Amino acid sequence: MGMNDFKRSLWVFHVNTGSCNGCDIEIVASLTPRYDIERFGMKLVGTPRHADVLLVTGPVARGMDKKLRRVFEQTPDPKVVMAIGNCGISGDVFYESYNLVGPIDKVVPVDVFVHGCPPRPEAIIDGVVKAWAKLEEKGAEGKKGLRKPVAGKAAEKSGGTKSAKEVHGKSKAGGKAE
Amino acid sequence: MIGNIAALAIVPVAGVAGIIFGLLFKGLDRVLGARMQARVGPPLLQPFIDVKKLLMKENIVPQNAVAWLFNAAPVAALCASIALLLYIPLFGSGALLEGSGDMVLVVYLLLLPSLAMVAGGFASGSHYATVGAQREMVAMLSYEFPLAIAVVSAAWLLASKAIAVQAFSLAALSAFPLWSLVGTLGFVGLAVLLAVLLFVMPGELGKAPFDVAEAETEIAGGVLAEYSGVNLALFYLADAVKSFAMAAIIVAIFLPWNATAMLSISDMWAGAAAGALFFLAKVFAVMFAGNTFMRIALARLRITQVVRVYWGYASAAALAGLLLIAAELVLVV
Ligand code: SF4
Repeated sequence: MGMNDFKRSLWVFHVNTGSCNGCDIEIVASLTPRYDIERFGMKLVGTPRHADVLLVTGPVARGMDKKLRRVFEQTPDPKVVMAIGNCGISGDVFYESYNLVGPIDKVVPVDVFVHGCPPRPEAIIDGVVKAWAKLEEKGAEGKKGLRKPVAGKAAEKSGGTKSAKEVHGKSKAGGKAE
Repeated sequence: MIGNIAALAIVPVAGVAGIIFGLLFKGLDRVLGARMQARVGPPLLQPFIDVKKLLMKENIVPQNAVAWLFNAAPVAALCASIALLLYIPLFGSGALLEGSGDMVLVVYLLLLPSLAMVAGGFASGSHYATVGAQREMVAMLSYEFPLAIAVVSAAWLLASKAIAVQAFSLAALSAFPLWSLVGTLGFVGLAVLLAVLLFVMPGELGKAPFDVAEAETEIAGGVLAEYSGVNLALFYLADAVKSFAMAAIIVAIFLPWNATAMLSISDMWAGAAAGALFFLAKVFAVMFAGNTFMRIALARLRITQVVRVYWGYASAAALAGLLLIAAELVLVV
């Protein structure tokens, strides 16, 4: 067992924090026969608990920051976060909107930035390749790529629909890890 | 039948063999599925890589989960799947615990991994997992009926034609292949029952088009929504072993021929090898028809449709098959 297994089996969870859906379509396009990311063992999963990579799109609209932080907390270590699209990197067309909390790296630590509005699937796949390298570094630091979330201690509960208030009322961070 | 001590030693062997072949068939299924969609698909050994990776991940138990049940469920699912393998004839030879279990036991054991998943889903304290667990239970109720009809018809046919044997014994099925016991009418009936069993298979395994319990696009992985790391890997393995076992059951009931006997190979090792290869080919055929093909060809049904398909169409077809066999038994005998 080594980081090599991570390379060949990245499970990807996609978080939309208020994007225009352009980037999301490009992510889905990378599953199609033309790009077929399953060749590299990648697959899209439906829950952050199964994920190794978080693909975050969108400029983080107000209200999404807590959700994004919680999804980040729910993802088991080691993990990498990728910001897909210019929105999540700089705000892009939504720049200086009253409704933005982002960009993404103000909310969760981002490992790989993929530029474009929207980026082409090739760029996204290239970004994932860079994410491998990141995971390898984390593997060298220790088996678990331990990192604290940058903004506060968002308490994590299971993926229900607890209100943001309830989530922040908890002081204990994270689920019990075994 | 072997002694209890020997039986104990056999369990890990069966477990490892089941896991290896289960994962291999899973890889084959993914590659073939990708090819059917004009994709290249993952490498054949992808499921092994996935499991190795999952074992390295953090294992999270949610705060509001019932921890002991949450952790016990994946172990129970894997154990039940492996226990299943002990009672099914594998690799062209008899079942490992031949004589101590019959088809009824196998049908009940098939339920256990699903029940463990339901328990794990309810224990994870997540809304998505709860919805998934409820759907899994409804699906279980629906596919059991056509499955039971198919198994009972096979046993009935066996008991009426080959009087000397135990009706539900899987060993007797391989001694008297069902197809050789019937005329035209019964043949059609058996074909219908085989089709019904192939149709029950994706439901039993929670695969598309009957994967409502795990529907990752609507309920975030359903019963498995909160599972990560080692626990998820155990469920993954349980699923692989159960798929292999389910295909082996269909092979045992409907395609029990043995290459060793058919080719009358006298050498022991060559005979065993031919038997094992022929068995794997049969399992592959069943897997392809009942799992890969259906998964790729059909889109996910809603839970109401799943119930309608199984209780309605599949049960009606199974009853028709039963009636055809009955008609032959009454008319021809
Ligand atoms: S980066 Fe462009 S395409 Fe992507 S979500 Fe933002 S506006 Fe849409």
